[in-house]
Amino acid sequence: MKFINLTMVAAMTAATLATAGAANARDQIQMVGSSTVFPFSTAVAEKFGSSSKFPTPVVESTGTGGGFKLFCAGVGEDTPDIQDASRAVKSSEFETCASNGITMTEIKIGFDGIVMANAKAGPAFSLRAKEIYLALAAQVPNGNGGFMANPNKKWSDIDPSLPDVAISVYGPPPTSGTRDAFVELAMEEGAKAIDQLADLKKDDKKKFAAIAGGIREDGVYIEAGENDNLIVQKLEASPDSVGIFGYSYLEQNGDKIKGAAVDGHKPTFETIADGSYELSRPLFIYVKREHVGVIPGIKEYLAEYTSDKAWGPEGYLSEKGLIPLPDDMRAEMAKTAADLPELKM
Amino acid sequence: MTDMTMPKTEGLAVSSQAYRKRIKKRYAAERRFRAYGIAAIAVAVAFLIGLLGTITAKGAPAFLQTNITLNIFFDPEKIDTENLNGVNFQAMARNALYDMFPEVTERREKRQLGQLISVAADQQLREMVRADPSLIGQRKDVQLLAGDDLDLVVKGTYDLSQPEAERPVSDVQVAWIDKLQAQGHLARGIAWPFLTTGDSREPEMAGIWGAVMGSLLTLSVTLAVSFPIGVLAAVYLQEFATKNRWNDLIEVNINNLAAVPSIVFGLLGLAVFLNFFGMPRSAPLVGGLVLALMTLPTIIIATRAALAAVPPSIREAALGVGASELQVVTHHVVPLAMPGILTGTIIGLAQALGETAPLLMIGMVAFIVDVPANFTDPATVLPVQIYLWADSPERAFEARTSAAIMVLIGFLILMNAIAVVLRRRFERRW
Repeated sequence: MKFINLTMVAAMTAATLATAGAANARDQIQMVGSSTVFPFSTAVAEKFGSSSKFPTPVVESTGTGGGFKLFCAGVGEDTPDIQDASRAVKSSEFETCASNGITMTEIKIGFDGIVMANAKAGPAFSLRAKEIYLALAAQVPNGNGGFMANPNKKWSDIDPSLPDVAISVYGPPPTSGTRDAFVELAMEEGAKAIDQLADLKKDDKKKFAAIAGGIREDGVYIEAGENDNLIVQKLEASPDSVGIFGYSYLEQNGDKIKGAAVDGHKPTFETIADGSYELSRPLFIYVKREHVGVIPGIKEYLAEYTSDKAWGPEGYLSEKGLIPLPDDMRAEMAKTAADLPELKM
Repeated sequence: MTDMTMPKTEGLAVSSQAYRKRIKKRYAAERRFRAYGIAAIAVAVAFLIGLLGTITAKGAPAFLQTNITLNIFFDPEKIDTENLNGVNFQAMARNALYDMFPEVTERREKRQLGQLISVAADQQLREMVRADPSLIGQRKDVQLLAGDDLDLVVKGTYDLSQPEAERPVSDVQVAWIDKLQAQGHLARGIAWPFLTTGDSREPEMAGIWGAVMGSLLTLSVTLAVSFPIGVLAAVYLQEFATKNRWNDLIEVNINNLAAVPSIVFGLLGLAVFLNFFGMPRSAPLVGGLVLALMTLPTIIIATRAALAAVPPSIREAALGVGASELQVVTHHVVPLAMPGILTGTIIGLAQALGETAPLLMIGMVAFIVDVPANFTDPATVLPVQIYLWADSPERAFEARTSAAIMVLIGFLILMNAIAVVLRRRFERRW
């Protein structure tokens, strides 16, 4: 009957489709990795696609760790060419890559500021790293050389000069590169400002990392997922809460939220670029050297990425929220992108 | 039946006080139950209206866009007809705008003024010249796409009462926009780029069509693979398979598969389709196959339920007039079960349409500018596009996100409508 014919035709179509897939060669660049670098790589990809003879590269947002898994899987058309990373490559990832015959070049593309911000209607925050640690750590010194569960309920419990409101912080989950950077730049720095923990760091690095990096789980720190826009919306609804996210979201939503000063510096384009605002981290891209010359357009794409009209202080990436590198470092990195030296660890 | 006598009301407790009370109580209980039901539906409808209402209110502006009319001089000295791609049409558009504001001379301010025009103007003008080379040397009023900040100011998205430093547009820009509007250079129109292009990092150029095509291609692969396999498997299991331990085991496993988290299918897809068969990343073909695996159990279970609901008398009657087993199934049982099978298939496909998790591992959660044209082109799908836009810092993407959700819902309604039509067709035959 008709029905049988129908299914046969459908099954045959499916089979032809499946075999057709494997045949054609890849002519566009594939990138994977960090969702923080994603807006920048995609902006370059789009410009590159519309202004060169090459097709627009495909950029995937997999997270830094997930990206390295794919990137380091091997050499060949079915693996990505460039990796976006919001932190430097880990030695374990580097070894996986090396054992699969991959050599890579590291290119620093700029900085990203991590901001703590709250709604316009809420109190103004001016925090020191130490206070951030005391507000968010699961374990804090108990005054007798030991540690206790964090007793601070209000910001004013930490320091009377801080606002008299309950501590409530929306931030990224542990899988996020932003969280890793926040722990390293704010929490650990803050912990070091306390003598007891500074001593601990000398004696027992592991314990220090656990105490300084352990974020409290008693409901004060609320994991809000990887979506920074969601955090901004939640901040509007509860003005006393503070959110942690990338600088570009503060820039775009400056009419709704305000950034907290850290160690006396407000997060602005200028303070992040000159380094006086300390919660900032470098962003990287990693290039698979084996694919250069095999997949067309990689060198040209990197040239576009590292051109002044893209990553310069006046470039289109700065409009997207990337904080440019200082001039000398930009020149050095542009040379790296042209020569593609092998990264050694 | 006639010999059954009606119970006499006399002597029974029908008229007693207690009986009336009981009756009243039962009626009251029934009324209450109906009221609960209506309340439940009302709550559901209220939620639905609330949800659709906010999405529509937020998303509707994205279907409109602001155009800016500029008096462009197609300077023959600057247009090299041999190499149109190398011509800087953007500068041409910007110069036309600078001419309207001769008082703006400082470089920084000029830059801000230039931002009022979308970078898409370059492409728009190039296409115009390509289509009509006689434009070269002429001066003409042209409608060009406005920048996203201008668009949002006109739509009233930004809170302009906030201090200048804290909003994405500066006071001078707002003054320029007001002036342009007063002079009638700004016009609202349908946002064709949104409806006809692929993704872009510039909100005013970002379109949903790439994702719609991606979803369409992916779902057609899913349908082509999962429908025949699912239906054949279900027909065999329900109509032909003997009941033994093996078949029980298969049945249990199919039911279990329906409950497996979808990301697992993505990992399987990465291992099997990409790494083993070497299929391309980010392709609708692979996405469709992965989603087909996910949809199969749903189709099999729904099909088996539909087949089981066909009364045995049909089978027996067909066998009785000499039909073979195959004829019984293909001529009678499957066509009768078709409405149920189609419902199950559509539910499975609707589920697949909304999935992003399994697509992450096979590279379909990606920024893709070009609209896919075949099954191996890199593509993304509607829910992924919504997710990517929801995560973009630019404010103009807020409205695009809601608008994309509206498109996705429209897609679902269309699929369901097709299912209803098909169901009607098949039901009428019998």
